[in-house]
Amino acid sequence: MPDGNATGIGASVPRKEDRRFITGKGNYTDDINRPNQTYAYFLRSDIAHATLNGVDTSAAEKAGGVVAVFTGADLAAAEVGGVPCGWALTFQNGDPMKEPGHPILAQGKVRHVGDPIAVVIAESRKQAKAAAAEIKVNLSDLPVVVDMTKAIEGGQSVHDEAEDNICFDWAIGDKAEVDAVFEGADHVTSIDIVNNRLIPNSMEPRVAIGDFEDSTGDYTLYTTTQNPHVIRLLMGAFVLKIPEHKLRVVSPDVGGGFGSKIFHYAEEAMVTWASAQINRPVKWTSDRSEAFMSDAHGRDHVTKASLALDKDGKFIGLKEETLANMGGYLSTFGPAIPTYMHSVLMAGVYTTPVIYSNIIAVFTNTVPVDAYRGAGRPEATYIIERLVDRAAREMGISQVELRRKNFIPEDAFPYQTPVALAYDSGNYNATLDTALKNGDVDGFDARKAESAKNGRLRGIGYSTYVEACGAAPSAVAGALGARAGLYECANVRVHPTGSVTVFTGSHSHGQGHETAFAQLVSEKLGMHTENIEIVHGDTEKIPFGMGTFGSRSLAVGGSAIDKALDKIIDKSRKIVSHILEAGEGDIKFADGNFTVAGTDKTMAFGEVALAAYVPHNYPLEELEPGLEETAFYDPTNFTYPAGCHVCEVEVDPTTGVTEVVKFTAADDPGTVVNPMIVEGQVHGGIAQGIGQALLEGCSYDDNGQLLTGSYMDYTMPRADNLPNYVVSTESTACTHNPLGVKGCGEVGAIGSPPAVINAIVDALSDLGVTDVAMPATPQTVWRAIQAAK
Amino acid sequence: MSNFQYMRASALDEAAAKVKGAEDGAVLAGGMTLLPSIKLGLSSPSDLVDLGGIGDLAGITSAGGSVTIGAMTCHADVANSGDVPPALAAMASGIGDRQVRNRGTIGGSIANNDPAADYPAACLALGATINTDQRSIAADDFFTGLFETALNDGEIITSVSFPTPDKAAYQKFTSPASRFALVGVFVAAGSDGVRVAVTGCGQGGVYRDADLESALAASFSADALADKSVSSDNLLSDIHAAADYRAHLIVEMTKRAVAACG
Amino acid sequence: MTTVSMTVNGKAVSAEAAPDTLLSDFIRESLALTGTHVGCDTSQCGACVVMVDGSSIKSCSILVVQAEGAKVTTIEGLASDGELHPMQKAFHENHALQCGFCTPGMMISAIDLVNKNPDLSEADIRHGLEGNICRCTGYHNIVKAVQAAAAEMKG
Repeated sequence: MPDGNATGIGASVPRKEDRRFITGKGNYTDDINRPNQTYAYFLRSDIAHATLNGVDTSAAEKAGGVVAVFTGADLAAAEVGGVPCGWALTFQNGDPMKEPGHPILAQGKVRHVGDPIAVVIAESRKQAKAAAAEIKVNLSDLPVVVDMTKAIEGGQSVHDEAEDNICFDWAIGDKAEVDAVFEGADHVTSIDIVNNRLIPNSMEPRVAIGDFEDSTGDYTLYTTTQNPHVIRLLMGAFVLKIPEHKLRVVSPDVGGGFGSKIFHYAEEAMVTWASAQINRPVKWTSDRSEAFMSDAHGRDHVTKASLALDKDGKFIGLKEETLANMGGYLSTFGPAIPTYMHSVLMAGVYTTPVIYSNIIAVFTNTVPVDAYRGAGRPEATYIIERLVDRAAREMGISQVELRRKNFIPEDAFPYQTPVALAYDSGNYNATLDTALKNGDVDGFDARKAESAKNGRLRGIGYSTYVEACGAAPSAVAGALGARAGLYECANVRVHPTGSVTVFTGSHSHGQGHETAFAQLVSEKLGMHTENIEIVHGDTEKIPFGMGTFGSRSLAVGGSAIDKALDKIIDKSRKIVSHILEAGEGDIKFADGNFTVAGTDKTMAFGEVALAAYVPHNYPLEELEPGLEETAFYDPTNFTYPAGCHVCEVEVDPTTGVTEVVKFTAADDPGTVVNPMIVEGQVHGGIAQGIGQALLEGCSYDDNGQLLTGSYMDYTMPRADNLPNYVVSTESTACTHNPLGVKGCGEVGAIGSPPAVINAIVDALSDLGVTDVAMPATPQTVWRAIQAAK
Repeated sequence: MSNFQYMRASALDEAAAKVKGAEDGAVLAGGMTLLPSIKLGLSSPSDLVDLGGIGDLAGITSAGGSVTIGAMTCHADVANSGDVPPALAAMASGIGDRQVRNRGTIGGSIANNDPAADYPAACLALGATINTDQRSIAADDFFTGLFETALNDGEIITSVSFPTPDKAAYQKFTSPASRFALVGVFVAAGSDGVRVAVTGCGQGGVYRDADLESALAASFSADALADKSVSSDNLLSDIHAAADYRAHLIVEMTKRAVAACG
Repeated sequence: MTTVSMTVNGKAVSAEAAPDTLLSDFIRESLALTGTHVGCDTSQCGACVVMVDGSSIKSCSILVVQAEGAKVTTIEGLASDGELHPMQKAFHENHALQCGFCTPGMMISAIDLVNKNPDLSEADIRHGLEGNICRCTGYHNIVKAVQAAAAEMKG
């Protein structure tokens, strides 16, 4: 067996999963076809708000190739449930949030463009689509609410259950105490912020195939999800009432998620239910245009925020009031994003002693809003770092000095913030120092002068951030309204000849788990990763799992693997103790070998495995044969990756075109298992952050029509929009999980947007510009310059 | 996709007859606009007549101070040609993306006359002649409105002839999402005087800006436009650029094109 | 239905297809070569890029009947006898893919780019790949991989 050391923790092991992807052998959901399969096409509302008076499907039912047509009325008659929400928030007075129903197909009303009204199932996709055009929908237009302020100020109700369109009005912190601090402050900096609505746009559109087997009563759902067990639980228990043992959810190779494939979507339930009705498999593949109006969107917060400082520039208080768009229905984790993934981060990396965050969640006639890479934390970081940048400008203190002055110092950890979270570790000066050095910040003035010679305005912007990931302690999450636990499960199966298969609940859809998780095993068992297989994405194979979101895979899923490996080693030690006739306490395990202290007795891990499965000489009275262990890991705290991003831009003042010319990130993701993968994750996150800052913005008109409904209008970052990035890590170990890992999946998207916008504000500051909205498109920047003239 | 009849023509007259005879026939050149339009249900012709099999429609020939580009010549071939005016090659190298340039054709582009396409601006500014199976049409008479041209039903472009300009340059301000021209200005100076064609902006599609032309005729320099502005009336407006921003960019892109003429 | 014939990954293929069948659907459904992906419906994303007669094209934007007689190479045809193409190798070694969905189209575009211009600057590569959208990598490692592959392909 090759040496394990080369593929352990800390090695940039090339990815095991690559071979199938680079040779075209990936197995994505749309690559799956079931025998005798039919095709579903969803007829969706093309108006944003209307009463649904009736749906006449008679012509469609007679169209060529049509097998069945279903409407909301059919589902209601069959008592199919609605899409459940996974997190319950409360109003400030403790009243539960307004939680209107979210039917699989519209019932009574349509509430956003894209709301599904009917589904046609036919022998081919083309026939299904053609037949859908024959459906006659009787709608009576209702006034449309898109703007959140208008929605809560007397706008047409989206749901009867929430007449004022407020889903909840929630707060954390003591408003009176914070107001008093602001009264006495030497300086107050205020800002109006829009965290622009984004459309996640994983490159693989969603796909779902329902496959009911009549002879056994078994249901299988193949779906593009980040968490197959969560879908099984939500869809099985709440929507279709199928017990878990009769419902299998398979999530094979998935082409990116970024949060948007966490949620349980109506289409999944529809194809599963329909498959049983027609007793044939039903496949649905989303078009991109359909994805734009049916995948949950991200961000969309409108905020007023203020920072109070004393005369020396110490932060003494912070407050925000935010309107958070929920869209037309509550998506699975919609309510949690602007609250427990956002407000609790409002301390940032600073010692701000008092904080008040008030979140009003608003229903509008738009696509539901939920987690998108960063989920609540980019919004928080953007508010804080724009405030800090502006305060530094107003008070004439350098950006770096003001941040350092207010950092939580290295010796203050664990640090209890005023907004519930307690950070376990960090070193914010270290990441700042590294970013300043790697970004050659000292050379900025010379570069700025050089840019000026070419008629370009160069600016530099900073962002020092912390985030919370590795969700989450289940008891804490439960107390805060989560309707699920947030542990992770791993099963480690050692085969008789010593190779290993790990079954993990953490789904991989680009993150490289098949390699990084194998490295955990390699490190611990001293074997090469080529002898280790990581299996994920099938509820029939994996004991259980909460899935991949919020940068939790390594911190929670990896820790579960580590715990299962501990059990494997403990049991192996007992076997070795018996065979080598030595006390357990004298047995050491290192580099794949068990040795007995003070002797030359040794037993390789592979030999132990064989002994466990061929138990001829084995303590059968005390120990079961076999070598397979399962562990569930429930973390005791979140993890707190942090870091510093420094961005340099060049603005062409005549056109408003902004180019990111230098981007430096120094991040603290905790222990780094695979540096190559960590860098890749950071690159991708930064690209999405630059996308939010410069390019991407979902836009609706007043009638609720999506103006950015395709790549013709929604600006995706392309290769020529982006620079090379200088990324590095400056790690402090997480103190409460066995691996010391924190997470890296979202740091790029969380840290980067304020760095970009602060850089633009810096570039334009000589022109008198103090604010530029995201996305800072050429037109937006040009207008900011014109307005300052 | 809609149901249509497909026919691969082997000769021009066969293609023309087929298009004319069809209930709602369409000529298929590179298909870079037509096929996406059909896919999205924006267009549903009864018959598609593919010109891809007519060999002599592609190719670039130059003679007597002008260059003639066959209608089925793809953008990549124009971009890589040493025979076409450099400004035209540079323009072609910026159309769409690499794959569009490998398939999309000059004939298809100008027959479609998308208000944000690049080629119509080149044709207008360079004073091109559009040759069809029936006649030759001056570019000034060819582009008649949004997606409208002087082509008769079933009339097929065979080639486009460009006189060689003394100076020419194209400046494109790209729409960030679609990569079409948000504002594209093609400036050319030659025996015909100074011509400034603007694409991506006009509510009626590509047009020549007489005011900018006369300013440049007086003095062919970016400085001549220092105090120039154009009206935003009749300009397109969308989420990426309102009419006033487009108006600003027209002048700016014109200046840059003039500067690029050297 | 008409019969279409072409050479795909070096093998002659012939199949019945409706005239409105896109080349991408033909490749995925009739030939079961599912390595070619479809990521959008407006010809923008580039996941479906294949090589037709030596040029990269978006297979979602041509009809299969237009490819009659053509030589088509898909992602499945890049490696020969188990030996990876230099671009495949470079994507693997430089971690130029994450979810893998855009990867087939991205690599074929990159191969076309390098084939036609082996001396590419970083800007050339970024411009040359503008028709291929990747949501995972931020392009940094893709650019690195194309540079590495270009060096090897130049030999």
